[in-house]
Amino acid sequence: MNSSPLLEVKNLRVEFATRRGTLLALDDINLSIAPGEILGIVGESGAGKSLTGAAIIGLIEPPGRIASGEILLEGKRIDNLPYEQMRAIRGKQIGAIFQDPLTSLNPLYTIGQQLTETIQTHLPVGAAEARQRAIKLLQDTGIPAAEQRIDQYPHQFSGGMRQRVVIALALAAEPKLIVADEPTTALDVSIQAQIISLLKRLCKEQGAAVMLVTHDMGVIAETCDRVAVLYAGRVAEIGPVADVIHNPSHPYTVGLMGSIPSMDENRERLLQIDGSMPRLNAIPKGCAYNPRCPNVMDRCRQERPELFDAGATRAACWLVSPEVQTVRVNA
Amino acid sequence: MTAPLVEVRDLAKTFDVSAPWLNRVVERKPRQFVHAVDGVSFTIERGKTLALVGESGCGKSTVARLLVGLYAPTRGDVRFDGQSTDAGQNAGDLRALRRRMQMIFQDPYASLNPRWKVLEIVGEPLREHGLATDTESLRQRVGELLLQVGLAASDVEKFPHQFSGGQRQRISIARALATQPEFLVCDEPTSALDVSVQAQVLNIMKDLQKSRGLTYLFISHNLAVVRHVADQVGVMYLGRLVEVADKAELFSAPRHPYTRMLLDAIPDIKMSGRARTPVQGEVPNPLNPPTGCAFHPRCPHANARCSSERPALSVFKGVQVACHAVQEGRI
Repeated sequence: MNSSPLLEVKNLRVEFATRRGTLLALDDINLSIAPGEILGIVGESGAGKSLTGAAIIGLIEPPGRIASGEILLEGKRIDNLPYEQMRAIRGKQIGAIFQDPLTSLNPLYTIGQQLTETIQTHLPVGAAEARQRAIKLLQDTGIPAAEQRIDQYPHQFSGGMRQRVVIALALAAEPKLIVADEPTTALDVSIQAQIISLLKRLCKEQGAAVMLVTHDMGVIAETCDRVAVLYAGRVAEIGPVADVIHNPSHPYTVGLMGSIPSMDENRERLLQIDGSMPRLNAIPKGCAYNPRCPNVMDRCRQERPELFDAGATRAACWLVSPEVQTVRVNA
Repeated sequence: MTAPLVEVRDLAKTFDVSAPWLNRVVERKPRQFVHAVDGVSFTIERGKTLALVGESGCGKSTVARLLVGLYAPTRGDVRFDGQSTDAGQNAGDLRALRRRMQMIFQDPYASLNPRWKVLEIVGEPLREHGLATDTESLRQRVGELLLQVGLAASDVEKFPHQFSGGQRQRISIARALATQPEFLVCDEPTSALDVSVQAQVLNIMKDLQKSRGLTYLFISHNLAVVRHVADQVGVMYLGRLVEVADKAELFSAPRHPYTRMLLDAIPDIKMSGRARTPVQGEVPNPLNPPTGCAFHPRCPHANARCSSERPALSVFKGVQVACHAVQEGRI
């Protein structure tokens, strides 16, 4: 990538202070998103996917806090902004889409009121023009009879239609970045495909970059340019989607890909990763994946690997560290 | 060929969703019924797995509950090993039947009593059916069951909150296996789990099927999972079966337009660039289903006959399918 990144996350650490000590939920996350790029964040429950998204839109709630690191939007730090300034960025420059479309819409206001409020907060337009824009947005997201439906309440829409409204809301102020946290998880498969292609098309038209947080590898494969695999609050592997899926380097990515039932091949048993992800208060020493890893070495139990270049991707694993690579080449 | 273990004939369940009596009288509202399951027939051979797939609200879970007797059918009957499971029978026979069929539920956080120890959870069916009378044999039996599902015998003293989601689902499986049933009804057993954990649970279920000759009814909305576990697949739409076929047949040559649509909607993880037909529309309101074939408003092959006459499930080239267009050779 030659252009400067739209969003940069540098050494992000998020901690939760609890009575029994401080839990480290995100540990040294480094990411960047180029303008117009779709970056997927994938991982199992508790890996820190949603928290990464929440940190970027400045919605980490106490007792959670950003302990160190920087988040830069177009080169400017946004992680230390006062509440009101962050509020102006949120919605205007960063749009957000959440998992459950029913809870992200206010049930007491019509769709139109919610859309025009967002538009008028962020763009210098009058009420009539805001309404026109709102109708246009609803039409763009594929809602039939937008002129009538704009005056309806969220409960009058189905799940898929509500998610379209949420997408319209997120795009209302033409943001440069959309953080979409599991946007299709609550929807049926046939609707899921519609929403994903809609999100992809609209972001392309507006030139918005997307950070797509999901646990569904299929959605990632179809949508994203690059993907970051998270494990226990750290990036395990990051790289172009095709390389991560077809040629993963980190043993966790290999296991994760093997455990997904495939539509094309017949396997009697699925590859399984024994055990489960460690709890935040019991993250093992060294590489967090070492107790479950089939290729574990002594070093993995002692030292934590950083991200190393591994062909087209970057993986946090001693197997692909430069020293091990040299040994392999020599042998 | 031996007689099938489970035989379901013209099963139907109607729920009364009318407004309260006073509202009906004052506001002149009619009584309203939802036909959750409407004339479903299928058989399951001993030792095989039938999977039911469909989107939310299509009646898959209702079928599961009807089979194990959690709901009483409005019409039709379920025969288990040649014996009717009708509530009109004598209680002793029914009790003996219930020992032979058990159910696994979707949410392992909701289906286990949080105030019971694993010993009580898994031991309850043993005690209830008089399979273990003294504490010592109960403890031993529960320990054996836990070992079979990959937990430790010492786990009997723990409470559900001490286990992860995947481990809890194993406890559910151990509980279902306690009475040594021949038939297990699994209602979305892995939907609440992460993929790597889902692989563990699916592998255990397959191993148990092989070692104990279990018969499964497997309910899921995830076609990739269904493809992995099933021998036969039934596709449901708005309370009716639209296609029943062997797994290989269904996935290689889907007949019904709805089945084709569902298969097309799966995100393609291999990124083979397979052409996908965009899915149109949403599932209609089950309170007011379309006339004729319920799928016709979304179907690209629908004609006048489809909107007026409901197609029956009939055999076409060895596959049961309910579609006029297929029967007439239009598609």
